[in-house]
Amino acid sequence: MPPTIAIEAEKLARRYGRRWALSDVSVRVAAGSVLMVAGRNGSGKSTLLRVIATAIRPDLGRVLVGGFDVVREREDVRRLTVLLGHQSYLYESLTARENLRVVTDHLGRGRESIDRVLDRVSLASRANDPVQTFSAGMRKRLSFARVLLQEPQIALLDEPYGQLDPEGFALVDQVVHELKARGVTVVMATHQVERVATLADAVIVLEAGKVQSTARGTTAC
Amino acid sequence: MLTAALRKELLLQWRTRAQLMAVFVFGAAALLLFSFAVGPNAEALRQFSAGFLWLGLLLSSTLTLAESFHEEMENRALEGLLLLPADPRALYYGKALANWLQLVILGVALVPVMVVLYDAGTIRVPMLLLVIILGTAGLSAPGTLYAAMTAQVRSKQTLLPLLLFPLIVPALLASVKATSLMILGDPMGQARSWISLLVAFDAIYWSLCGLLYARVVEE
Repeated sequence: MPPTIAIEAEKLARRYGRRWALSDVSVRVAAGSVLMVAGRNGSGKSTLLRVIATAIRPDLGRVLVGGFDVVREREDVRRLTVLLGHQSYLYESLTARENLRVVTDHLGRGRESIDRVLDRVSLASRANDPVQTFSAGMRKRLSFARVLLQEPQIALLDEPYGQLDPEGFALVDQVVHELKARGVTVVMATHQVERVATLADAVIVLEAGKVQSTARGTTAC
Repeated sequence: MLTAALRKELLLQWRTRAQLMAVFVFGAAALLLFSFAVGPNAEALRQFSAGFLWLGLLLSSTLTLAESFHEEMENRALEGLLLLPADPRALYYGKALANWLQLVILGVALVPVMVVLYDAGTIRVPMLLLVIILGTAGLSAPGTLYAAMTAQVRSKQTLLPLLLFPLIVPALLASVKATSLMILGDPMGQARSWISLLVAFDAIYWSLCGLLYARVVEE
């Protein structure tokens, strides 16, 4: 029986002005698998993740996430996905706890899990400090807490190791393992190729917005 | 969802409350400068006081409206909310209501300054408060939408007034006229029609802007 497809991109293209950031990209990601997206700076990794997350629209092609179209069924896609991007999505003047409360309040969920996720990312002791007093690594941890709080079916992690210390690296590894164990589909854009190679079920390499090569597994094509 | 959005906006405003004080000082300084333009003519000052109050409030409002999107854009927090997914209309109404509240506070705080500087008191305080509430609602609804539109451009402080001022002329005119009638007297009972115009303006823009907000903030 073939695996259920969580993400299916077909001849996807996206441009910024006259420059094509993605061109003719076709990818299929099996549900519950981990896909690593590798490539140099500017190769289109972040753009690919942002299109899948519906943060930006594709100019050409079609992307289905959990069977939903990223253009026409944006709300449904957003209910399934969470994006950890280059931007933290945090309010600087609010505390760590308040930032997570904003998330739970908008999702209509209880606040019980906030302390748990703050503890999980080792920020429990700084829960009541404003984000503007945080270092870059702490902001990244808090963004991770935001991801955990949302309990997504598909996690899109763009440079999850960026700005983190070695302890943070281990945290990311553990979280990805946990997500995978829970059946969450993970797409990770990263330069930490060797580190993620052990976690990934499939790998695609982007070069100048095109899929240059695929490796391991049959989920990416 | 609206409650969540409003709670977040009020929390953000509380954390940046020093900004409101700065905007109030700006508005009060504007009222003082307007009085210099007229000179020591008590009657003329009293006659133009309503116009000066609303001009001061209008100029101050561009600062508060633009500032209300500063934190949303800083770390793309607004995009983060939209991806949750949060309802764009709830986000709009949360912000517009919070901006409205801030402008009402500002308007009420500027009234004593107007009274002192222009000797423009009134005994019809509840009606004046009603005009301020309705007039600032007319600034807040389109102002929040245009602040969202201009939040990502470099020259937002210039662009926001350029877009907003022509649009709110009916609300501004009605607010000035109604306020003027409160101060100078209303023997013909004209205030009611200006207030009706404000209510109509507010109803149209609060409905329309809520519908348009999603198109403005989504790519």
